Amino acid sequence: MSDPREIALVVNDVRHARVVESRVNLADFLRHELGLFGTHVGCEHGVCGACTVLVDGASVRSCLMLAVQAGGKNVETIEGVAAADGASHPVQAALAKHHGLQCGYCTPGVVMTLIELGRENIGKPLGEAEIRHALSGNLCRCTGYQGIVDAGLDVFGAPADKGSET
Amino acid sequence: MAGGTAGTLIGARTPRVEDARLLRGGGRFLDDIVVPGALEAVFFRSPVAHGLIRKIDVAAARALPDVRAVLTYDDLRPLLTSDRISLALPAAGIRFNVDPFVLARKEVCYAGEPIALIVATSRRVAEDAAGLIEIDIEPLPAVGDPVAGLDPGSPKARLDCPDNFVAKTGVDYGDIDHAFAAAAHVLRERFRLGKGGGFSIEPRGVVARYDPLEDRLTVWDSTQMPHRARAVLATCLGLSEQQTRVVAPDVGGGFGPKAVFHPEELAIPAAAMLLKQPVKWVEDRFESFTATVAERDQDWDMEAAFDAEGRLLGIRGRLCYDHGASTPYGIALPFNASTNMIGPYILPAFRVSIELCLTNKTPAAPTRGAGRPQGAYVMERLLDAMARKLGVPRDEIRRRNLIPADRMPYPIPVKQRDGSLMTYDSGDYPECQRRALAAAGWRDFPARQAAALREGRHIGLGLCNYVEGTGRGPFESASVRVNPSGQIVVTTGATAQGQGVHTMLAQIVGGELGVAPETILVQSGDTQTSPLGLGAFASRQAVTAGNAAKAAAVLVARKAKAAAAHLLEASPDDLELVDGAVRVRGVPGHRKTLTEIARSLAGAAGFSLPGGMAPGLAAASDFLTAGLTYTNGTHLAEVEVDHETGAVKILRYVVVHDCGTMINPMMVEGQIAGGVVHGIGMTLFEWMRYDEMAQPLTATFVDYLLPTSDVAPRIEIHHMESPTPLNPLGVKGAAESGVIGAPATIVSAIEDALAPFNVVIRDLPLTPAKLRALVRAGTKR
Amino acid sequence: MKAPPFKYHAPRALAEALDMTAGLDNARALAGGQSLMPLLNLRMAAPDHLIDLGNIAELRGVFEDGARFHIGAMTTQRDIEKSAPIAGLCPLLAQAIHHVGHQQTRNRGTIGGSLCHSDPGAELPVAAMALDAELVVAGPRGERAVAFRDFPSGYLSVSLEPGELLTRVSFPKAGPREGSAFLEFNLRPADFAVVSVAARVALDEAGHIAHASIAVGGVQAAPIRLLEAENALRGHAPSREAFEAAARAAAEIDCDGDDVHPADFRSELCGVLTRRALTQAATRAAGSRHV
Repeated sequence: MSDPREIALVVNDVRHARVVESRVNLADFLRHELGLFGTHVGCEHGVCGACTVLVDGASVRSCLMLAVQAGGKNVETIEGVAAADGASHPVQAALAKHHGLQCGYCTPGVVMTLIELGRENIGKPLGEAEIRHALSGNLCRCTGYQGIVDAGLDVFGAPADKGSET
Repeated sequence: MAGGTAGTLIGARTPRVEDARLLRGGGRFLDDIVVPGALEAVFFRSPVAHGLIRKIDVAAARALPDVRAVLTYDDLRPLLTSDRISLALPAAGIRFNVDPFVLARKEVCYAGEPIALIVATSRRVAEDAAGLIEIDIEPLPAVGDPVAGLDPGSPKARLDCPDNFVAKTGVDYGDIDHAFAAAAHVLRERFRLGKGGGFSIEPRGVVARYDPLEDRLTVWDSTQMPHRARAVLATCLGLSEQQTRVVAPDVGGGFGPKAVFHPEELAIPAAAMLLKQPVKWVEDRFESFTATVAERDQDWDMEAAFDAEGRLLGIRGRLCYDHGASTPYGIALPFNASTNMIGPYILPAFRVSIELCLTNKTPAAPTRGAGRPQGAYVMERLLDAMARKLGVPRDEIRRRNLIPADRMPYPIPVKQRDGSLMTYDSGDYPECQRRALAAAGWRDFPARQAAALREGRHIGLGLCNYVEGTGRGPFESASVRVNPSGQIVVTTGATAQGQGVHTMLAQIVGGELGVAPETILVQSGDTQTSPLGLGAFASRQAVTAGNAAKAAAVLVARKAKAAAAHLLEASPDDLELVDGAVRVRGVPGHRKTLTEIARSLAGAAGFSLPGGMAPGLAAASDFLTAGLTYTNGTHLAEVEVDHETGAVKILRYVVVHDCGTMINPMMVEGQIAGGVVHGIGMTLFEWMRYDEMAQPLTATFVDYLLPTSDVAPRIEIHHMESPTPLNPLGVKGAAESGVIGAPATIVSAIEDALAPFNVVIRDLPLTPAKLRALVRAGTKR
Repeated sequence: MKAPPFKYHAPRALAEALDMTAGLDNARALAGGQSLMPLLNLRMAAPDHLIDLGNIAELRGVFEDGARFHIGAMTTQRDIEKSAPIAGLCPLLAQAIHHVGHQQTRNRGTIGGSLCHSDPGAELPVAAMALDAELVVAGPRGERAVAFRDFPSGYLSVSLEPGELLTRVSFPKAGPREGSAFLEFNLRPADFAVVSVAARVALDEAGHIAHASIAVGGVQAAPIRLLEAENALRGHAPSREAFEAAARAAAEIDCDGDDVHPADFRSELCGVLTRRALTQAATRAAGSRHV
């Protein structure tokens, strides 16, 4: 291991301390050191968005951040999204309801992006264009985005847009 | 959701059984598989498109700490039964064998071809070692263009072949000479379509573990066709099928390329056997551009003969197809393209000669649509051109050529791969177009277009009709078993990459057995649970596995009733299957649950089985296809074009779609929407480019653009349901249909928007620069 | 692919970072990482030392100072996007940042990183060029001021001397009767620009153009200012004719091209976007009045 570093961070409310090679990115650290395989890797050059996680509440491409940079920070991943009692987050429920996932590979990144969007717009209904803009950093090859956008509208849209079927 | 009475779930928008796990990060994709002691592998690949390996020095790479092996062709060859991986499907037109090697032997034929395999304790270290390999390659002239490659003066793409003309095939029926002699109008057009790929968000990957104790190889493979992978592995490694297990775990999208067996899928298991240690390889995105199969590069030089009213008399011409550097699959793609060109139209005579050219590019193999979008594109462009020439509206020229509904089933004198005649089985194509035109506001559009033009906005409406042959055989397998615990297990040779195959099967079986789909366990993608199977290609699994599962479930239901008749001392005719139990009609309390019946049929030591029946509440069935079943659709797109910049915005997209009986309309719509957006990509965004040395210029998602949520339009989907007579469920495939219509539709709309500039579009993808050049040329007129 | 090995450093003070920058061989400064991390992951960059500037608080933040305002080099693009003061003080910067990447990259990407990476398709250098941004560079011999127009020095390179780091960027506050626009052309909204144009128009009390500035990006290694066209606009009423003259000058730019967006196409875009950006900027400068 070249350039080992000690890091301590909180992931989904659990504190972890590890020694990590400095060149390991956050996505690989979450997956292969912590066994949190829900964060997916699709390109490793910061375009596909499958590895999106929240660091101190902000969405980031975890392939473009070193694990050592997450030291002392609070990381949220797909594994921590559902309520402690097992209930789905509204974003998760809406994605299922609107067929917003097929193979499910991009889904964790999509969920994290939508969660950040919701937190930043509490009480402010969002339109389709705003939701499409927010999701533009998450590539999906299966759905054509339609079900994902409908899920976003269901959770964050104005009442008239909610539950829109296609 | 509740179970209900048997047989009621077809057509329900059942929630997917796959989702709960995937939404919580509980999927198990290839790179999530942890095999204790596994090493990680990286491939060292050819940096040039064509060359001869003079010398390769791996000493420094081998010497790096934590590197376990650096393997070349000579290291792996002793484990293999043959020099090459035998992959090409049989076809009379193939002139010479260009099956791939596991690793390049001496000649490298595309940039990205694997040359060496580095195995280390981590991917990072393996990549460090790859950087230490020294290679000396004598560069050779490369073939980048398939048309130029067929020129007698062209350099050779492979020194081991006599020339680049790797295969010749074609379609020929009717009296083509008479058609052209009798024509009132003849058009000649040439179309060039660029290379594009599948690009699932999960790349490919392989984990292999060889167990010397049991002399058994287990391979987890991100594949659409595990049974084919097992067959290839067993053959190449000299193992029996029983020794070889291939498992496709959760697969993060397929779209065709994962149906093809790639050299890495053999190299990794061979390395695991050689090193006696598990080995994992996960494809890097860079490799998905340089080492994974792609397709779509075709050159069409076509002539169409019409009568005075614009009815097609015949089409003839040449299709030149970029085959890439080897044959990983077969030569079906350009054949698909040609036969799909006929579409929903009456075409009395057709002759196309198909020429496949070897090039120094990644091998060509099916990508969602598999040649069909290109064929539909060519036909629709010819129809639009004829409409322009005759001054007939675009919908009208199509109406004059569409096959009327009363001529179904409609045979076309083209022989399919299975020897059967190409026959459209059901559908009402004119009605499909009529509904689509109405939904998109075709009649009122000229007024809207004129109003927009007065504001300086160029909007246009385009359309496309198409068919898709789906449900390719020869068969698919399924079994249904009710375990004594009550758990219902469905196994199948079908495989899942996001289509919702598990939901589809659970919905069918749940309906037959009167149980909730989410309680049914579906096992797919494992050669151990389903000894026979084919997997995912050609939009086939609802047709093949769906009907196999239905047949098996019907047998299980029948057996459950027969057994219950004994247990309840009732006549089988008085029994019904409701909510997972067989009960006497009108006496709800008089019932036996499937669990109780399964327990009875599991037997108890020494006691006889109910009614002396065969043990087990289970049945298996293989569905054998009786020919392709044809899905059809009409797409309309409304676009706005910025004539000054060439920017295209899709304002509206309407699909009327007929895939026969729908099992789950929600999932059908998901397939269509995803396919349309893939087709939009192929038309406006996605383009694998190469320089004159056949070096790839697109090797990241920065250079190769997938459509994003902010450029994808909302897709409005309307259904027709013309059940096929070819299978009991009446279903047709839907997975590729969306992509087929999109290119022709969008291009038709752009031409309409730019009609003031006389723009005629022939080549794809259509970049803004190309569009601007067409506008400039048109304006000058 | 995975990043090659390097030694990671996380200084907490600028002085410490400067010492490292000056003292370590083959070192790269890591700002937000949204360009350098992909290069590392693709093994197209292989520094022996990576100096992470992310823990240096003095390099972050926005503060005003008379007619200008200053942004610390490590201020994230997202912080600039969300900054109410910047939206008011410098609409052009706010307009430009709207085109920069995705939220996931703006959350990490910094203004200093963008200016130093100097990608031809990046938006912030174009805005900086149009706004006559001033840079403060710190190095072994202390601080020096650099006009942004002198900062780019070639393809993906800037005029930082060995041991130097960009510490902050200053922009002029928008004046009265000033309007601006940032337009770009690309296939997908969040991509790097094929061509981008940043335009400012300030009107005098009579409604004539008192000052215009036009910067064009995506065409050569660094953004280009159209100084002659700017001067020609001065004193004229905002009009289609005047802006078309500027557009013709923009269309004369000798662009670099590639296989998808060739040079002549980019030149055309320069003209179209310049005309449109000037028109929008002048319209905004005149308030609701149409030009």
